[in-house]
Amino acid sequence: MKPPPIHNTFPFPRPNLNFSPKWLIIAPLGLLAVVGLFSSYYTVSPESEAVVQRFGKFQQIAPPGLHFKLPYGIDTATIVPVRRQLKLEFGFNTLGSTNEFQISTSPELERDMVTGDLNAAQVEWILQYSISSPRDYLFQVRDPGSTLRALTEAVMCEVIGDRTVDEVLTIGRTEIENESLIKLKKLLIILNMGVSAELIQLKNVHPPAPVQRSFDEVNKAQQDRETMINEANGQYNQVIPRAKGLADQRISGAEGFAVQRINEAEGNVARFKELLVQYDKAPAITKQRLYLETMNEVLPKLGSKIIIDEDAKQFLPLMNLK
Amino acid sequence: MKTISILLLAFIAIVIVASSAYTVKENEQIFITEFGKPVGEPINSSTDPLKSEAGLHWKKPFIQQVNRIEKRILEWDGPTTEMPTRDKLYISVDNFARWRISNPKTYFEKLRDERSALSRLDDIIGSETRNVIAAHDLIEVIRSDKNRKPVRDEVLAEASPNISVLPPIQLGRNALDQQILKAAQPKVTSWGIELLDVRFKRINYKPGVIDKIYARMASERQQIADRFRSEGAGEAAKILGRKERDLLSIESEAYRKEQEIKGKADAQATGIYASAYNSSESAADFYQFVKTLETYQKTLGKDTTTIFTSNSDLFRLFKRIETPKGP
Repeated sequence: MKPPPIHNTFPFPRPNLNFSPKWLIIAPLGLLAVVGLFSSYYTVSPESEAVVQRFGKFQQIAPPGLHFKLPYGIDTATIVPVRRQLKLEFGFNTLGSTNEFQISTSPELERDMVTGDLNAAQVEWILQYSISSPRDYLFQVRDPGSTLRALTEAVMCEVIGDRTVDEVLTIGRTEIENESLIKLKKLLIILNMGVSAELIQLKNVHPPAPVQRSFDEVNKAQQDRETMINEANGQYNQVIPRAKGLADQRISGAEGFAVQRINEAEGNVARFKELLVQYDKAPAITKQRLYLETMNEVLPKLGSKIIIDEDAKQFLPLMNLK
Repeated sequence: MKTISILLLAFIAIVIVASSAYTVKENEQIFITEFGKPVGEPINSSTDPLKSEAGLHWKKPFIQQVNRIEKRILEWDGPTTEMPTRDKLYISVDNFARWRISNPKTYFEKLRDERSALSRLDDIIGSETRNVIAAHDLIEVIRSDKNRKPVRDEVLAEASPNISVLPPIQLGRNALDQQILKAAQPKVTSWGIELLDVRFKRINYKPGVIDKIYARMASERQQIADRFRSEGAGEAAKILGRKERDLLSIESEAYRKEQEIKGKADAQATGIYASAYNSSESAADFYQFVKTLETYQKTLGKDTTTIFTSNSDLFRLFKRIETPKGP
């Protein structure tokens, strides 16, 4: 079947332009003017500076604000965010970054490192940097972002490679940060790539997962050691001060006994001396008196008393003595 | 008709100008070819920014062509490769290099584009890296400063003298970087390439080796942990021993002092008694008498059965009244 003629599907009347050859010149010129107008200014945001090139040759650095330039690509302005603090992450990724080089493509490869004592450690860190010279940033190195990443990684790998695993994990963190920043700064100065490194910060640093437990074990053992010593000291402290007190008590008791003993002796002696004075005056009768007084006291207390004649010699064996 | 011819002339003029003018950017170096054959010196190939030739340039229209070559420093990031060290350890090495096109004409003639340049660099740097790694022990690649003394954790160092020690090196990583660079540099100049530096980026154990490393690390740590525990037990035993010693010495000391004090007191009391009772004959006599009576008083009680004879001083009156002469 033949398709229906096209003009049948186009019911609108053809626009009746008053076409003249003049338009052939005016239209392109107008277009040229419009393009020229739009390509003759540019704005630089407050955090940026613009590198202006004329026919490709570096012209000037333009500060933030509205600027005019020669149109039609004669002047080009490249905006570089010089005042923005930029960040690179190594060994880990935070989502939602605007800097395309910030996140790493293979964090687990970056993270694993060999330490100077040939152990392994996992290191995560960041680099803060900013663009110090927009001109060098654009013209010196073609891939400043990935170059900076590679350099930072190399520097960190080198610094970690000169530290023991214990320095990396605990005592040397600050030193590693400082040392790697110094090394990176030196490299950047030599390269002259218009970037200045401001801060390297270690984030998570830990032993590889399979040996993590052994490292924890050391800490635990250290605690155990302290506990054992503390417990022993506890036992010592439980017993010794008490024993010292008891010893003092015994000595004090003995001292008391001594005082008592001497006092008693002196008392007895004093009493005896008094008696002796009187005794010496009449020894016989005093003896008699004392004897009888004592018997008076003693005899009533006695259970059974037997008095026998001195001649009855045979009596004693007959008694049923208990 | 006149306007049309003017327009035509203008158009031709524009085309000629457009074909003979060209711009050179700061980041490009350029050389001109005539029918594919390079003519003249390359433009803007000096690395000195003061000698920059960027800007507007002219050439013969139509017959000459502009070839733009990158001027900035370029990156070569090698693939991660596994290779053995001299001490037969397999490691995976990732290094990178920076290079620039120093001779755009040669570069253009021999390599054409960057992809082939990168693949040549892969070959050259890759094989030089292998050579250098194979000629050195692993530790030479890992460490860099041979004079560095590690900061040691005193507690750990005490527990194990082998831990936290950096093995000594002869050269170090930077020297190896330099060796690779020096070996590779002359091989790439013939392609118009200047190699600026080569650096190790990542060095790690091969997956098969890493388990052994982990096992070694674990045993190293375990040994420290054992040492700590043993130290704790030893220290505790020492303290308990001291406790025992102190306890015995305190107690025996107390006993000794007690006895000394008591002994002295006894001696003193004895002295006091003796001096009093021995002062005269009558005193001794009287003491004996009084003490005997005292003893009766204390010792005789209701359980005592006493047998007296009528001969005794007390009961002699039972027998006769008069007192016999003399005691």
